[in-house]
Formats: sequence, C-alpha cells, structure tokens
Amino acid sequence: MRRLSPSRAVLLVARREFLGKVRTRSFLIGTVVIVAVLAGYVLLQAVLFDQSNRSTVGLSGQSTVLAEPLRETARQFGREVATTDVTDPAAAEEQVRKGDLDVLITGAPDALRVVVKENLNSALQNALDTIVRQQVLNAQLAEADLDPNVVAAKMAAAKVTVVALEPEDSQQGQRLAIGLVIAALLYYSLLVYGTMVAQGVVEEKSSRVVEILLATLRPWQLLLGKVMGLGAVGLLQLVLIGGIGLVLSSTTGVIDLTGVASGALATGVLWYLLGFFLYATIFAAAASLVSRQEELQSVVTPISTVIIIAFVVGINLLIQDPSGTTVTVLSMLPPFAPILMPGRMAIGVAPLWQVLLAVVLAIGAVAAITWLGGRIYSNAVLRTGSRVKLRDALR
Amino acid sequence: MWWDTAVRPHSMPPVRRIARGVTNQEESTVAQGVLEIDRISKRYGEVVALRDMTFEVRAGELFGFVGSNGAGKTTAMRIALGVLAADSGEVRWNGAPITFETRRRIGYMPEERGLYPKMKVLEQLVYLAELHGLTTNDAHRSAENWIARLGVRDRRNDEVQKLSLGNQQRVQLAAALVHEPDVLVLDEPFSGLDPVAVDVMSQVLREKASAGVPVVFSSHQLDLVERLCDRIGIVRSGAMVACGTVDELRAGGETRLVVDAPGAANGWAADVPGVRVVETRGTRTTLELTADADDQAVLHAALATGPVREFSRQRPSLTELFRNVVTEEETA
Repeated sequence: MRRLSPSRAVLLVARREFLGKVRTRSFLIGTVVIVAVLAGYVLLQAVLFDQSNRSTVGLSGQSTVLAEPLRETARQFGREVATTDVTDPAAAEEQVRKGDLDVLITGAPDALRVVVKENLNSALQNALDTIVRQQVLNAQLAEADLDPNVVAAKMAAAKVTVVALEPEDSQQGQRLAIGLVIAALLYYSLLVYGTMVAQGVVEEKSSRVVEILLATLRPWQLLLGKVMGLGAVGLLQLVLIGGIGLVLSSTTGVIDLTGVASGALATGVLWYLLGFFLYATIFAAAASLVSRQEELQSVVTPISTVIIIAFVVGINLLIQDPSGTTVTVLSMLPPFAPILMPGRMAIGVAPLWQVLLAVVLAIGAVAAITWLGGRIYSNAVLRTGSRVKLRDALR
Repeated sequence: MWWDTAVRPHSMPPVRRIARGVTNQEESTVAQGVLEIDRISKRYGEVVALRDMTFEVRAGELFGFVGSNGAGKTTAMRIALGVLAADSGEVRWNGAPITFETRRRIGYMPEERGLYPKMKVLEQLVYLAELHGLTTNDAHRSAENWIARLGVRDRRNDEVQKLSLGNQQRVQLAAALVHEPDVLVLDEPFSGLDPVAVDVMSQVLREKASAGVPVVFSSHQLDLVERLCDRIGIVRSGAMVACGTVDELRAGGETRLVVDAPGAANGWAADVPGVRVVETRGTRTTLELTADADDQAVLHAALATGPVREFSRQRPSLTELFRNVVTEEETA
C-alpha cells in the first residue's frame, strides 16, 4: 500500500494553492500594477523634490566667478543651484522667458543684475544678497588692511548655542513614511490573501471537491496546506513590492534611511507571517460555515472590518503621535499588532519589551486560533446546505 | 452461499423473504477483499437516515445499490468513505475496521460531483492521484491513461468548468480511478450520461470488478443495474430490505403467468386454488400464483376452455421487484 505522509500531503496542497494563484493573470497584473503605482509615486516624489529644491542659474561675463560661492551660499539657505556659463546674455534672457533657465545673472560681482521670469526665489535672493554684501565687505576690509579670510573665520566661529527641550529627530518624517508604507503593505496583504483563503474554502465546499479531498486528507492537512500555499503567494508579493519599492526609493534618493527601510521590510515580513496565520485561520473557519460564494460576504465582513479598523484608525493615531497610549496598547494586541507594530517599529518608537510582548501575545493568539479555527473548520466543512451555526460547529 | 442474505431490520414488520441464509457477520469475519457495512445507523436530529444497514461487497463483484430518493444510499456511502461518521456500526475492509489509510485506497465518486472548476483536467487528476499517495511520475502516467481511456484526451488541458456535463462526469470517474483503488464506491455514476458514455462506464466498472476490485454503485436506472450487477441491494427507509442476485430477488415471490386462451370466458381461472387474476386484455389473461399454487392446474383449466395459444411464465423485471418491495413496505 502506498502511504502519504502528513507533511507531503500538506506540501501537495500548498503547492497547488501556490502555483494555482501565482500562475494566474490576476496575480501578475495585480503585482505589476501595485509596483507601477509605487514606482510612479516614488519617481514623482523624486522629481518634485528635485524641482522644488533646485534652480538653474546662468552666469555671464564677470559674474561667472560667482559660480562656486553661489552654489555654496545657496546650499546654506537650503537651495540647490546648478550653474551654467552664458556667453550670449540676450539668448539667455530668452531662455529665462521660456523657463529653461530660472535665473540669469550679469554684471560685476558687487553690482549684479538678476533676471528672472516672475520672481526670485527667496533663498536665492538671500544667497545673492549675502554674496554681494560679502563682496562689499571684503573690499572694505581690504581697505582697512584686514585679512578678509581671518574675519570670515572669526565670524564663522561665532554661534549661538541652541538647547532643545524636546529635540526633533531629523529623520522623523522619513521614518514615519516608512512606517506608514509598511503598515499599508501589511494591511493589503492580510486583507487580500486572508479573503483569498476564505474564497478557496468556499470554492471547495460549493464545488463539493472537499468531499473527495477529505476522503484522503485530514481536515487540518487541507487547511494548513491552503494557508501555507496562499500565505506564500502573499509573502512573495509583499517581498516583491517591498523590495522594488526599497530599491527605487533609495536609488532615487527619496529616502536615505535605507537601513531603516530594509529593517522595516524584514520585520514586516515576520509580522506578515504571524498576522497571516492568525487571520487566515479565522477567515477559513468563517468560510467553512457557508456553502456558497454569495453567502461568503456575510461571514467575512466582520473579520475584514477588524483589519480595516486596525489600519484606518491605527494610521491616524500613528500620524498624530506614534507613542500615544491608545496606539501603543493597540499595537500590542494580537488583532492589531500585525499592522501597527511594524509601523511603530519602523518609526522607532516601540521599545523592545513592547515588541516582545506583542510577539508573545500574537503567537499565543495564533496557537489558540489555530486550535479553535481548525475545530470549526473540521466540523463545518463537510456540512453543505444552509449556513452552519457557530455553536454547532464548535461541538 | 454466504451472500444469500435477507437483511431485515429488527424494528420493522416482517417482509417477504427474498433469499435465505445466515447473517454475514457469522461467516465472513476474515474475508479477503470484502467491504463490509455492518449494522450502520445514523440519525440527523429526529430523522433516521440509516438503521442497522448491513451488506457486503466482495472482491470481483459489482454491487448495485437501489432505493427511493432519501432512502439512505448516499449516507451509507459517505459513511463508508469516512466523510461522515456513523452513530453506531462498523465498516470493515478485509475483516478489519476500516482506517484512514485504507480509506485512501477507495475510489469515490460523490453524489454531488466534486472537482475544482478552474483547474485543468490533467493537473486535477495528477493532483488527486498524488494526494492518494502516488509518486508524481505514477500520478502522471495514471492520469494520462484514464483520460485516454475515458475519451477526454483532447480536453486534458481545458478547465473542468469548460467541459460538457457528460465530459465532466467522465473526468469525475477518472478522478475515482486515477489512484488505482482497491475498492470503488460510486454514487449515481450513470446519471446524466449519454448512451455511449454509459457503455464506456459500464465496461470500465465491469473490468475493474473482473480485476478483483469490489465495486458498489447506486443508481435509479434499474434496467442498467439488472443488466450489469452481480448482486443488488434494495434500500428503504435506511435499511436493506432485499439483497441478492436478481434471480434470488425473484425467487420466493408470486409467479406470474400469461395465458392466451381465445375460447375462455371471464373468470375461467377463478376456481384454481392460489390464483388471482391480475389483468385481462383481449383474450390474454395475466394471473398471479401464490408460492404453493400449481401452474399445471392452471394449464388444465385453460385447456378445458378450448385452445391455448400462449402459456408463459412472466419474469418480473428489477423495476417490478423494486416497486413491489417498496410499495409493500409502504402499505405495511
């Protein structure tokens, strides 16, 4: 007699679920669309960032010597400047009119004439004013027989000391963005692939193929294989999207905390595994109570709602204050932890004890839910016809 | 003979005894290649689905399972497959209580057909074969073999839902056969098949039985069951009320005679003991004789009226037997 080991049984089921989904057009298109949207967003950010912070300045005649000081001074005022030497001021003025050049500078260093299309960017204005004043100052210092460089060095050394009572993390904005993106990715993955498990369970029930399968498989083998197979599809998509997003955003310079982002993706993957086992088992158990796709919505909605609330409410709380009491407590509770905790970890506001507590609680919940959900599934999956009452399924 | 059993539920009034014999659990406890259903009972709440259902299917035997809708055929089969638990009773294979591992060796065709609608025919069969313990190579070989055998080879890479119902049925049978099972349990395998497919299906089942596989199937097509099956079990209200070969089912019942005596007046046979006139059509009379009535006395009575053109014994078909058993039960 040929034997089928339980592990091979589970793997066969998982392989069918995985290949069945990965080879579909909808998976391919779905992934490409999400990656494209993400890439588009990152590139848009990069372009906007670039445009809003960079000015192209044309320098003509004597003013060409200002190229280097202008770039440096402008940077101090928070503005990137690209300079080009201009030989034909008239043609250059035409370029300013068309928008190819932002600024055209002509004249002697101490009496500059600045041509712009509409108005001069204030940072650039400040930079130019500073340069012109510096030129005048240098000339005066030279007349008074002082070395302009010594004066400049002394001036540079004179600084105020700032004492911040609650110092702002300069990386806070980026960290928050990374945290929100990872929370959004987990929200999407848990919801989409959890629902997919529910649909798969009902498909097997409504097509009655479950009767053939359970003549050769134990219910837990079918359930575990399904959860593992579809979970792997979700994981693949999460890693693909997250990885491409990471590479794009760091190469385009939209984020420079590549380490934080990679770490967030890694913890995101771990939280996905915990969250998926938790939610997929609940989805499967709920779906096993009904026999037709039309009835599925009614049992799945309460579960989706919890995920949606975790995301929508959680995101708002995270943006307001990622260390707030409500979001801190929520991020440790199993139903919300898989979405909120990786977000808080990326933002850098989750102390180790909170993370560990959340993980322990989540593992405990997974164990309890697997037991309970497995029981409901085993009892209900062969009962076709009207909706099985939860009470009957638990007997 | 060990299979000459008339299984009568204790709780029901006595019915016509169709066959004689001992109860099976006395003699066949170590039978080889035998699927035994032994006093299985099942209730759904207040509804009794099966009461002490007992029968067995032996190696190389085609067993037809007939009964009205809701008689309990499907419940009995699902219990045999372990997809449903019995309240009491036992299913045995080769004399030992059936286990999960031995159940894997059963080929099963559920009443409500079950295949993944969006999976391709070949992939689906390979998958099911692997789930029953075949290696990937063996699974492929067997799937290809049955696809060809059942005439759905050109549809092997189509999704099941794109096939006609008849072809889906063929794939369903292939799904039951693809792991080369030791036992076949088929619920209504012939429903919805065209005559060609019925022939293919019959041939395959016959072949499997000849190869030593016990085959049990349910059907409402009684002429087909009569033609195909070695033994037949008639189920009513969750119990086996008659079980045996068609001849055994016929034996012991009333004999019917058709007599064509053109010169006879009405009531010519009324005086023969144990004879009842069932029908008179033209010059032909159909008579029903009790078991102890003498058909030669009927012939003499007929000859006394003049010439006799026809004198024949009418063998009841399975349909008639079935109707008798079921209606007797209902009126009892």
